[in-house]
Amino acid sequence: MRRLLPLAGGAWLAGFVAAPLLVVLVLAISTAAEGVPPFDLPWIGGISLDAFSLVLTDGFYVESLGGALLVAGGAATLCLLLAFPMALGLTRARPTWRGPLLFALLLPFWTGFLPRIGAWIGLLRDEGWVNTVLENLGLISAPLPLLYSWPALFLGMLHAYLPFAVLPLYASLSRRDPVLEEAAADLGATPWTVFFSVTLPLAIPGAAAAFLLVFIPAAGEYVIPELLGPPGTPMVGRVLWQEFFQNRDWPTAAALAVLLLALLLAPIRLFQRLGTRR
Amino acid sequence: MSRGRLTAVFLALGLGFLWMPVLLLAGYAFSADRIPFQWGGFSLRWFGVLAANERLVEAALLSLRVAFGAATLAVLLGGTFGWVLARRGPFRGRAIFGALAGAPLVLPDVVIGLALLLFFVLLQSGLGWPAERGATTILLAHATIGAAYAAVLVQARLAELAPELEEAARDLGATPATAFRTVTLPLMAPSLAAGWLLAFTLSLDDVVVASFVSGPAGTTLPMQVFSMLRLGLTPEINALACVILLLGGVALAAALLLQAGLRRRTRAD
Repeated sequence: MRRLLPLAGGAWLAGFVAAPLLVVLVLAISTAAEGVPPFDLPWIGGISLDAFSLVLTDGFYVESLGGALLVAGGAATLCLLLAFPMALGLTRARPTWRGPLLFALLLPFWTGFLPRIGAWIGLLRDEGWVNTVLENLGLISAPLPLLYSWPALFLGMLHAYLPFAVLPLYASLSRRDPVLEEAAADLGATPWTVFFSVTLPLAIPGAAAAFLLVFIPAAGEYVIPELLGPPGTPMVGRVLWQEFFQNRDWPTAAALAVLLLALLLAPIRLFQRLGTRR
Repeated sequence: MSRGRLTAVFLALGLGFLWMPVLLLAGYAFSADRIPFQWGGFSLRWFGVLAANERLVEAALLSLRVAFGAATLAVLLGGTFGWVLARRGPFRGRAIFGALAGAPLVLPDVVIGLALLLFFVLLQSGLGWPAERGATTILLAHATIGAAYAAVLVQARLAELAPELEEAARDLGATPATAFRTVTLPLMAPSLAAGWLLAFTLSLDDVVVASFVSGPAGTTLPMQVFSMLRLGLTPEINALACVILLLGGVALAAALLLQAGLRRRTRAD
């Protein structure tokens, strides 16, 4: 079994993880062609760098890669700003309350990703809940265009990823030794000084993990920009999907996937190092 | 206001933000109005409409079948990965093994979906298998993703257990297989169950990877809901969300109980 299990597991990983990733690389240097499937492999159609040069020179694709990183960075920052006081609140809650509070944090997360996005559509669209309430209060006369906008996109991201950000922060904050904060207070530090000079520095590894845990999936996000974001949101996940499903340009989609991975490589490595250190 | 209060306010605000849309969505499932999020009096009609929507019911059944198979396969694979990484000791390629086992945790869905689809297409043109894409290819993709999560849970569980337990069994004359079956496996069981639940939920929730690796024959529940949401929200989705909320609550309660049991047993070890 000591020989068999690494072999069997390794065979699956080689087949279903390594090989597919290699295939993406191969496709990115293949030529697009009419037919099913719509490409000629390099050993048939010759090696082609067309997809890469298109993606790297056409402003549309470059913008989608940059846009995805910006949106992901913004979403991760928003999540962190709200998650930090929430995680701190969790560590300060009475022990008997912590279980139910964690349950309350995680249950919306288990209600299904799409229904939650659907809820935001119902809240934000023209005849939606928010506009109806505002109109009934007499605050607005015509519905505000809330859905299919940048704020809607970020609200959806915050809602989808917030629990991911709270959990690592809570884990790292609940491991801190309260003696450190008490000592700082005994030595005359004000509560805010204790917070900025003791609590916050101790939470940095957890905060970094929380940021990356949101940033990495958000950078490739497709569903949220598609259902909540402004029309034609420049995010690589959406553009890749379009190239693949609508334009049937598989090499371009593969080249976008390779570039997205290249951009995410540094954050992924950092995340894994944080994981092994803890 | 003291800082303790301030963080409590943020915690309440954050939880309210997470809960409000979900509760409104589920609550308006009981409204008779055909416009979602408009109150038209109490009614259960949308649950009836939901149950009568054959495409949705068919998609839900396919999703449950795929999720069940994918979670089971994911636990077998993830159990293997976790055991190898925690117990097998050094071997050539261990670093690559670990990186590949963890890769689905950090790769964006669009990349995993595209990669697996291209892989299946090339397999089909080379070997003639899989003859068509649908339930089987989605199951294999979801098992691969779920296995990465299960592996983390299993590896963490094994890492906190003393290897001496198995060694003691061996010293007392158990064969490696008996030691594994009577000592290691029961100790791993809670993490295997938690991994199964996690893989099952991930599979039920995935729309991106499934859309890539599926064909005309296989539309899962999230794929169906996604195509409905593209056109806008309907009260059926409210009713569906209500059902999912209930099932999700039960599943999460089960998972938390399992975890609490796991902690208690660890303390007893």
